[in-house]
Amino acid sequence: MTQTTTPQLVETDVRLRLFERMVILRRFEKRVYDLFLQGFVKGTSHLSIGQEAIAAGFGEAMRSDDWTFATYRGHAHTLSRGVDMAPVMAELMGRAGGLMAGKGGSMHLTSVEHGMMGSYAIVGAHLPIAVGAAFSAKYRKSGQVAVCFFGDGTTNIGAFHEALNFAAVYRLPVVFVCENNLYMEYTAIHDVTAVEHPAADRAAAYGLERIIVDGNDVSEMYRIAQARLTRARDGYGPSLIEALTYRHNGHSRADPGKYRPDAEVAAWMERDPIPAYRERLEREGVTTQALDAIEERVSIAVDRATESAKASPPPPAEAAYRDVWSDGGWQWRS
Amino acid sequence: MVKIETSPQQVTSRKLTVSKAMVEGIAQEMERDPSVIVLGEDVGAYGGIFSSTTGLLERFGPGRILDTPISETAFIGLGTGAAVEGMRPIVELMFVDFFGVAMDQIYNHMAKIHYESGGNVLVPMVLMTAVGGGYSDGAQHSQCLWGTFAHLPGMKVVVPSSPADAKGLMISAIRDENPVVYMFHKGVMGLPWMTKSTHALGDVPEESYTVPIGKAAITRSGTDVTVVTLSLSVHHSLDVADELAKEGIECEVVDLRSLVPLDRATVLESVAKTGRLVVVDEDYQSFGLSGEIAAIIAEEDPRLLRCPMKRVCVPDTPIPYARSLEQATLPTPTRIAAAIRDVMA
Repeated sequence: MTQTTTPQLVETDVRLRLFERMVILRRFEKRVYDLFLQGFVKGTSHLSIGQEAIAAGFGEAMRSDDWTFATYRGHAHTLSRGVDMAPVMAELMGRAGGLMAGKGGSMHLTSVEHGMMGSYAIVGAHLPIAVGAAFSAKYRKSGQVAVCFFGDGTTNIGAFHEALNFAAVYRLPVVFVCENNLYMEYTAIHDVTAVEHPAADRAAAYGLERIIVDGNDVSEMYRIAQARLTRARDGYGPSLIEALTYRHNGHSRADPGKYRPDAEVAAWMERDPIPAYRERLEREGVTTQALDAIEERVSIAVDRATESAKASPPPPAEAAYRDVWSDGGWQWRS
Repeated sequence: MVKIETSPQQVTSRKLTVSKAMVEGIAQEMERDPSVIVLGEDVGAYGGIFSSTTGLLERFGPGRILDTPISETAFIGLGTGAAVEGMRPIVELMFVDFFGVAMDQIYNHMAKIHYESGGNVLVPMVLMTAVGGGYSDGAQHSQCLWGTFAHLPGMKVVVPSSPADAKGLMISAIRDENPVVYMFHKGVMGLPWMTKSTHALGDVPEESYTVPIGKAAITRSGTDVTVVTLSLSVHHSLDVADELAKEGIECEVVDLRSLVPLDRATVLESVAKTGRLVVVDEDYQSFGLSGEIAAIIAEEDPRLLRCPMKRVCVPDTPIPYARSLEQATLPTPTRIAAAIRDVMA
């Protein structure tokens, strides 16, 4: 069993696949956090621990040729499209074997072959770009849908509003997913936003339905994803979904998140999407052994991805001079 | 290196203005390639406020010629996303001066995502935009700003001055796999309501052809002084060269045609020949193209120059409204002639 020959997702039962996806995201990011503290992952890292149900539900529901556009909090969305852990881990460590050969890093994960069209580190910037991909799908009648994930903080930047209006005017196949984790970076979204629900309460301004879902319930996320992807594919235009969730960690790096009330953190930790779903599967008759096997398999895969990334050398300096232009070069003086 | 795709015998040309040549280039590419679309403010029924898209809506319909809301962030980002997914959008930013409301989309995304994705995604789009002053449109509608775009890595920057180049460079820009910023000066378009320039009208082959991006043109040969310039300043420099020839001064006028890539070789060869240099640039003087040209000489061989060079640029002030003030800041024929006489003295 090697990283390159074994698919990361092996389960065939949709319920087990949803569980497996969440476990991959959780265990991978727990390792990323450790590696960050150990100095293997440098710069910054934004974890989705606690928010996995959203990426898992959409990852399962999306067609393989649909597109994901994510933010700098994009590890989960990348892995949930089926990208191998090893090159993602190597990219985070800035190694030659990285997904983008060390050129992009944690905040710019991209894998075109998996429909992972990029992670964007400027708040709101990728919404118009996802609208463009959706325009291409409609123009070419390809049946593809662009799914654009972003945080609650994005709803207060102009690009959010411009993109929603545009997508609605042209009835484009795009699903906007606001992962409302209640904090824009280190500030409560409630303190800086005029409405209670930062995404859903703005939907009416663009003629869209007001949709609020439990972002910690993976089966609910899977269902809403299926429904809205189908609707977009059938030509009914964009959707805006507000998924309520919570990040277990801070905003980035090793931020302990001390700006959040203890009781609030405790309440949301009780609503951790992975144990909740595990209990539910057990109630439905899935055996403990089957679920443990998934946990164990993923755990081994994370170890292997870590070893493989550590074994990869740093990229050579000349790599910095590649791929400024489509011919692979960088010089602008002919 | 100029690629005219039909054999010379078959080429038929007629005189067109820069604006009509640009539109013809776009239309021929749209006929050839269904992935080419045009979007921007007033590009449809109105035909572009500087006639850069006249008649395209009638020919290609609203599915391919899209009037957008005043929403530059949305539609420039849309262009990038559509380009990444197999289309070749031409996005018009009405005035380059408006780049500020959407610069994030331009320099952080359009220009960088190819690189930061490790070469994973391509962004074959054209961002075309009107530049330049000279008609009292004030400080926020008169700038050239090409140096700003050229400074930031990841965008080609094309600045045509003649009708034939306007068409050939447009076709090259559309076919390029990289983002290309295509900057047309309002004064070169041949618009009836602008100040007239005789150079705005010229022979343009009817057939489709490309002009390579990154190759300067010697628009006039001369032995005494090299005038490195671009866009509307090419027109002025050619007029000045005609006048000075009567005094026995022979100017060589180099039309850069693009800033990125920049044709260093042609500049160096011309300066090696004449030993004198005047740079005429309608962008702000400091930290821009004129300094870059000076650096090319200084890095290669400062001894190429027999005397100090001169720069004729917009001084480092906003462009004023009043005609007399504006003419004092722009690189007018009077200022160009004075600079050439200076280096000849």
